[in-house]
Order: sequence, then C-alpha cells, then structure tokens
Amino acid sequence: MNTDTHATHADDHHHEGGHAHGSFSTYMLGFVLSVVLTAIPFWLVMSGALPSKQITALVIMAFAVVQIVVHMIYFLHMNTTSENGWSMMALIFTIVMVVIALSGSLWVMSHLNSNMMPMHQMSGMK
Amino acid sequence: MTVAVNPSQTGEPVFYLAEEHPHPEGWSTSLGFWIYLMSDCLIFAILFATFGVLGGNYAAGPAPKDLFDLNLVAVNTSMLLLSSITYGFAMLTMQQNKVAQTQVWLAITGLFGLAFIGIELTEFAHMIHEGATPQRSAFLSAFFTLVGTHGLHVSCGLIWLVTLMVQVQKFGLIEANRRRLMCLSMFWHFLDVVWIGVFTFVYLLGVLR
Repeated sequence: MNTDTHATHADDHHHEGGHAHGSFSTYMLGFVLSVVLTAIPFWLVMSGALPSKQITALVIMAFAVVQIVVHMIYFLHMNTTSENGWSMMALIFTIVMVVIALSGSLWVMSHLNSNMMPMHQMSGMK
Repeated sequence: MTVAVNPSQTGEPVFYLAEEHPHPEGWSTSLGFWIYLMSDCLIFAILFATFGVLGGNYAAGPAPKDLFDLNLVAVNTSMLLLSSITYGFAMLTMQQNKVAQTQVWLAITGLFGLAFIGIELTEFAHMIHEGATPQRSAFLSAFFTLVGTHGLHVSCGLIWLVTLMVQVQKFGLIEANRRRLMCLSMFWHFLDVVWIGVFTFVYLLGVLR
C-alpha cells in the first residue's frame, strides 16, 4: 500500500464492490408486494375464480416468477453492481443451469412417458 | 517474492498480480456465500425437476387434492413471509448498532421459523397417519424429499440463528458478527424464495391438477 496505484486499486476492491443494504421503506415495499403476490394465487386456486385450470396455472406461475424477482431485489438486494457484478454473473449462470435442468428433465421424461408401451399391451405380449 | 517481468521492458502483457495486496478479513465472504447459495439452488432445481417428472404418479394412492389443506399452507407461507420481514428489521437495527433491538427481532424471526417448522411437521404427521408415507407412491417420495429438504434447511437456519444470538449476546455487534448475520440473512431470504417455488408448484398446481 505504499504507492498511489496500490492504494486506488485496493479501494476498487473493498468499497465499490460491497454488499448492498436495504432501508425500512424498501423492506416494507418488498413485504407488501410479496403479501399481495402470495395472496392472489392462493385466492385464485381456492375460489376457482378463473374459468379454466390451464389459465389459472399459467397465471399463478407468472405470479411466482414476479414474486421471486421482488424477493431478489428487496430482500436479497440483488443489483448489477454488488461484488463488482460477480454475484449477478453467478445468478445468471445458476438461472441458465436451472432452466436447462428443469425444462430438459420435464421435456425428455414426458416424451419417454408418451412413448412407453401401455401396461395392458405389455401384459398381452407374454 | 515473485519476480514479475516488467511489462515496459519486454512489451509483453502481464496477466497476474506479482504481489497480492492484503485483504481485510472476510472481504470475500458475501460473494463466497452467494456462490454457496447458488449451488444450493441447483440442489433444489433438481428436486423440483424430480417432483415435476414424478408428481403425477400416484400409484392409485392419494392425490394432492386429497392430501393438501391450502388454508394450512397459506398460514405456513405467511409465517415464512413474516419471518423474512422481521429478519429485515433485525438487519436494519443491526446497522444502527442497537444490540438489544436486533436480538428481539432475531428472536421474533426464530419464533416465526419455529412456527413454520411446527406446522410443516404437523402436516407431515397427519399425512403419514393417513397412510400417505414417502413409500406410498412416486409422487409422495418426490414430495417428501423436496419439502423435507426445504424444511431441513429452515431447521439448520434456526440452529444458526440461535448460535448467532448467543454470539451477539457474548461479543456484541462486532464486525465478524455483522458479517455472519448478513450471511444468515441471505440464507433466510433465499429459503423464502425457494418456498415461493414450493407453494406454487407443489401445493397450488398440485391441487389444481
């Protein structure tokens, strides 16, 4: 730390890249949003307000995605600058992995399922 | 110690630091903990994928409609949501250096977490009593593995919370304890994010099916 370049370099690392903190208002805003985003899907399913099950399923999944983003921003304080952007990079990588694992498993297994010979045909083959 | 080639003399770029400058203790903890959480996220992703594949295989056993009580799940979800905001208040009071208030908020968070685990275990006991054990069908195996893993995480979070309350009581809000409380805050809010997936995909979509 005896030269100017060293000092500024150390500064880059330790102050800009710190972990972000919330305030009372952001926590409360996040809480109110998450209560609303939880209550609506529960109400939709319990009351059967929407005419078709498929529409209800799509709507509650959309609510879940929005609520996850709300929690990420207001409770986990995710932003593009914390840890010099590395936490965002790790998050993006994880999201890519999760999407591949989930969609891949569901897609492949549903195809396997529909290509399986039905049980009653299999017993007739003996 | 390390002899670096001076770039100005040879004209070749140097891609490493000849001498690592000193870092204060714990400067990389939050990033490292975040990467741990992301790897934990992958565990849950695989358990969700397993549940997604096996969730419809009832083996002529009970279906989600027969088992799940959405009122109870709603109460459980509110417990976890409330514990999230009270942990947020604990972090805010920690930043203001108020030891006693921080402890109170941490204790309230712990009680909400305990209520969550209590309700979940009651639900599990009720299901097992009705014969809906993990061995009954692929759906129930996947259900107990996914929801049980989440519950186990919350239980570990509770043990961690009590440990940190003792630490804060003994040593106060020193730098190390602040860092630990911040890590637990990330862990706690992360478990809340996972629970959003659980109540949507397991309970709500299960009842809808």
